[in-house]
Amino acid sequence: MSGPAIVATDVSRTYQLDGVSVPALRGVSLTVESGDYLALVGASGSGKSTLMHLLGGLDRPTGGTLLIGGRDVAGLSPNEMAELRNTTIGFVFQSFHLLARTTAQDNVGLPLVYRGIGRRERRERSAAMLERVGLAHRIGHRPNQMSGGEQQRVAIARALITGPSVLLADEPTGNLDSATGQQVLTLLETLNAEGVAVVLVTHDREVADRARRQIVMKDGLIV
Amino acid sequence: MRLAEAWRVALEALRANRLRSMLTMLGVIIGVAAVVALVAIGTGTKEQIERQVEGLGSNLLIVVPGRLEAGAAPTSSPLTLDDVEAVGRIVGDRSRVAVTVSSGETVRAGKRSGFASMQGVTESTPTVFVRRLDRGAYLTRTDVNTGRRVAVLGAGVARELFGERDPIGRQMTIGGVRFRVIGVFEALGQSLGVDRDGEVHVPVTAAQRLLGTERIDGLAIRAPDRERIDQLGADVVAALSERHPDTDFSAVTQEQILGVLGDILGVLTGVLAAIAGISLLVGGVGVSNIMLVSVRERTKEIGLRKAVGARPRDIGVQFLLEAVLLTTTGGVLGMLLGGSSALLVDRLSPVPAALTWWSMALAFGVSAAVGIVFGVVPAQRAGRLDPVVALRTE
Ligand SMILES: Nc1ncnc2c1ncn2[C@@H]1O[C@H](COP(=O)(O)OP(=O)(O)OP(=O)(O)O)[C@@H](O)[C@H]1O
Ligand SMILES: [Mg+2]
Repeated sequence: MSGPAIVATDVSRTYQLDGVSVPALRGVSLTVESGDYLALVGASGSGKSTLMHLLGGLDRPTGGTLLIGGRDVAGLSPNEMAELRNTTIGFVFQSFHLLARTTAQDNVGLPLVYRGIGRRERRERSAAMLERVGLAHRIGHRPNQMSGGEQQRVAIARALITGPSVLLADEPTGNLDSATGQQVLTLLETLNAEGVAVVLVTHDREVADRARRQIVMKDGLIV
Repeated sequence: MRLAEAWRVALEALRANRLRSMLTMLGVIIGVAAVVALVAIGTGTKEQIERQVEGLGSNLLIVVPGRLEAGAAPTSSPLTLDDVEAVGRIVGDRSRVAVTVSSGETVRAGKRSGFASMQGVTESTPTVFVRRLDRGAYLTRTDVNTGRRVAVLGAGVARELFGERDPIGRQMTIGGVRFRVIGVFEALGQSLGVDRDGEVHVPVTAAQRLLGTERIDGLAIRAPDRERIDQLGADVVAALSERHPDTDFSAVTQEQILGVLGDILGVLTGVLAAIAGISLLVGGVGVSNIMLVSVRERTKEIGLRKAVGARPRDIGVQFLLEAVLLTTTGGVLGMLLGGSSALLVDRLSPVPAALTWWSMALAFGVSAAVGIVFGVVPAQRAGRLDPVVALRTE
């Protein structure tokens, strides 16, 4: 795909909380180029996660325009948003969000379920993806049978299985010790080197310094 | 998402909460079982009564004073044996006309006594109705004409008064008057709610003398052929009305009795099924309730599925299938339970039961429908969940 992966122009997001407006984002403009490597930093409550959810199509802005893969999300139906999340974006969460009682292989294959891909092909592709993140030996394990680092790598494999152009990771190393965090980071960088745009949120200076660009947020604005 | 996958997820979810799924199903199981069993009992009872009415003999025409309609007051009978002679002439054959004058009487033999339904009849009764003797002989024309005090006992009366002894030729009293036993009927059991084995047949003339009356209660005709049965009924009613201008008469055929009984029993079966249906409804509410709990418990899972590309419909279908799977499994188990209880009741109790395919199919269909109806709200709620909010819940 040519052109930037995501373009946000003066994007705002205001939450309504018991009738009170809580402005979490107050006009943010940001472009994620294809193949970009971007670190989002800032104090707690500055709106990093809110922005990530918008970039990932999990949420819609209350103001401004947001183009994901060239499409304005304001004009997309819930089904089209779902398709966008399925095909264009890979999302990695701080707390992994793997399905309990489900093996690593089936967790990784989950996005393919919503593409109507059959069980056999799903299993083949998720096995290959697990091998790429170095977890071929954990294929039949359930989340509670894996370490935190392994779980996060499963989550990354799941984010990658549909071949997205952007990988969004909200504090992917936040729940991991530094050595394990390094492993996960190295994996993300390898993927970035292969052309996937990576946006990650972190509180860790060292991690942020490894990115090509740093974006600092404060009180719902980019500074 | 493919349907096969949705089924797999639904099944997995139910298996993960086995006990809860079972308990939820129980409501549906009981509801469906109740529908199937009660409809079976209703149907069985109806079939039994139809058999009994048909067992009275074919081409039967029953003539009674008064109008046969709901709410009509019972009419005291003006009929006498002279009327029977007249009817016999219309029918053309006296042996096709049976009469009764009946009364409940105390019967006694030696030290034993009991209560019996005394029926004053003519010798034609066994020809008009199907009635077989176990031993002895029935009343003869001479018995009727001379008012001889002889009696034919129902099996129950015979046992009550004589136990294992052979009653033939023995003396007994009916309402204090001495009679001699000449025959005993085969056991018949209950028929149309009446204990047929509690009857004692005596010549109508003897009964009238005992009761101090000339009346007879009604008469029955076995028509020579089916085609003329309605015409015959009209003729008889016309003749009787002419003889007794102040009284209405009615003639009913077996078909008419069957029709009326069938209607009543149909309504009864319907009411039973409706009551059972209510319990099925309650079961459905239970399913709805559990599905809402399930949606709440799995909010995070829903959020994650949406985050990786599930459409609202995918999530909705998944939960709807879960509800339908719950109720249809309950429906099948309920069918088995209801069917086997109906068979047990039929075998072990005097209540008849007949399983019908339509009631089973209906119960299954209804349970699936219950799943859809009561699953829709939770499924929609799940489908509409906002992914960010869903992922945030703990
Ligand atoms: N659903 C919500 N309703 C109301 N306010 C919200 C909601 N979600 C977030 N906020 C508010 O929006 C602001 C930004 O929150 P956000 O989660 O984006 O911060 P963050 O930068 O990710 O913080 P952290 O580093 O702690 O994760 C906060 O003030 C928060 O209280
Ligand atoms: Mg955050």
